[in-house]
Amino acid sequence: MKTKLSVAACACAMAVALTSSVHAKTPGSKLLATGGASTIEGAGGGGIVPWATLSSYADTGEWGATVNLSEVSVDDFRLSVKGISASWNNRIEVSYARQTFDLSTIGGELEQNIVGAKVRVVGDLVYGDLPQISVGAQHKINQSFALPSAVGALDDSDTDWYVSAAKAWLDGPFHRTWVANVTARNTRANQLGLLGFGGDDEADSRWVAEASVAMFINRYWAVGAEYRQKPDNLTFAEEQDWRDIFVAYFPSKRVSLVGAYTDLGSIAGLDNQSGWYLSVQAAF
Amino acid sequence: MKTLLFSLLLLTAPLAAGESVYQQLGEKEGISAIVEEMLYRVGGDERIVHHFDGVDIVHVHEQITLQVCDVVGGPCEYKGETMQVSHEGMGVTHADFNALVEHLIAAMEKHEVPVAAQNQLLAALAPMYEDIVQE
Ligand code: HEM
Repeated sequence: MKTKLSVAACACAMAVALTSSVHAKTPGSKLLATGGASTIEGAGGGGIVPWATLSSYADTGEWGATVNLSEVSVDDFRLSVKGISASWNNRIEVSYARQTFDLSTIGGELEQNIVGAKVRVVGDLVYGDLPQISVGAQHKINQSFALPSAVGALDDSDTDWYVSAAKAWLDGPFHRTWVANVTARNTRANQLGLLGFGGDDEADSRWVAEASVAMFINRYWAVGAEYRQKPDNLTFAEEQDWRDIFVAYFPSKRVSLVGAYTDLGSIAGLDNQSGWYLSVQAAF
Repeated sequence: MKTLLFSLLLLTAPLAAGESVYQQLGEKEGISAIVEEMLYRVGGDERIVHHFDGVDIVHVHEQITLQVCDVVGGPCEYKGETMQVSHEGMGVTHADFNALVEHLIAAMEKHEVPVAAQNQLLAALAPMYEDIVQE
């Protein structure tokens, strides 16, 4: 029920954004690429790390929205994500993502819905001395709890809390613009929550660190890397940290594309899960 | 790794050529043309053009040209008002500031200013944000 309500709120916010953007020449006034890409959990950010930046180009007094699709394909698994987000005033972002995790080798499918919200507390990505600092929450509801429960997960839903700081250096090393983001997340999600929350090994949530760095080669192309620490709550299989290196392309404020090579470590007992990641976002 | 280092070296190539930022912007003439292009774009931007109602745009063009030339180390001296005084009470927002920066970038792209020089100019102007924006 909670999910449905939040989805309705998202859809409503998007409708507002869409009608107001009919008159605007561009999706918003924030500078190109400063809305970032969309993460696999729906929040604005890199590919696997939510950033302090808010998705879309909604600047002071503006509304914005995004629609995004992501695919992660590693040796024995495939993750598909459909997401939407709405943002207002460069202050608040709400997002919704639906994840489908295809257990290609083992057989079967896991599903999860994620409703997120993020608020910029202080600072700015580009201007001033302070980094942009945001706090966010991701409420996750596993839709296929039979398997997670069988391998020792305790709950089928939970909320991740995080605080992120991001800063851009307009004239960084090599006279290129660089962006860095660090995120601290309080979570007890097993493999994002696709394997439920808490476990027979560790029941409680803990803080994990996540980080991203990107360099803009020019106005439209960036390359970077991400790292994401993971909890390890289940005895049946070790969960490992995630990392990726990516190329992002921002041809306009309307669309962005991210391609990455990703290393997800061991998942559900199957080791060395690496492969590619592709994400496309449309902004309004 | 070698190829990576090599491509990073290539990125800095425009510098290796020994041109200063001032030269890469096309010296006084180039800067004047870039600022003109920027102001022309501002004039067509309904988000911010209202700030310029009744403003002597020729004077503003002249002053911003001098200032840009000055901050990138060109042979100019900006003697106009401080940014705080000249933008006082205008109510310039974060969005307005970005709109102007966007037009400056578009103007530099049009004049094929290398990214390294663009970034150095932008980094020299960005600290003025706090004197110009009132939110
Ligand atoms: C880095 C950004 C900016 C720089 C370097 C800059 C620079 C200048 C300079 C040098 C002047 C002339 C001062 C004088 O008369 O002595 C000026 C005036 C002016 N600026 Fe800016 N400016 C910036 C951002 C903005 C923004 C974002 C707006 C509004 C959207 C704006 C609106 C104006 C207006 C309306 C005037 C004319 C004031 C008057 O003559 O009454 N400026 N600016």
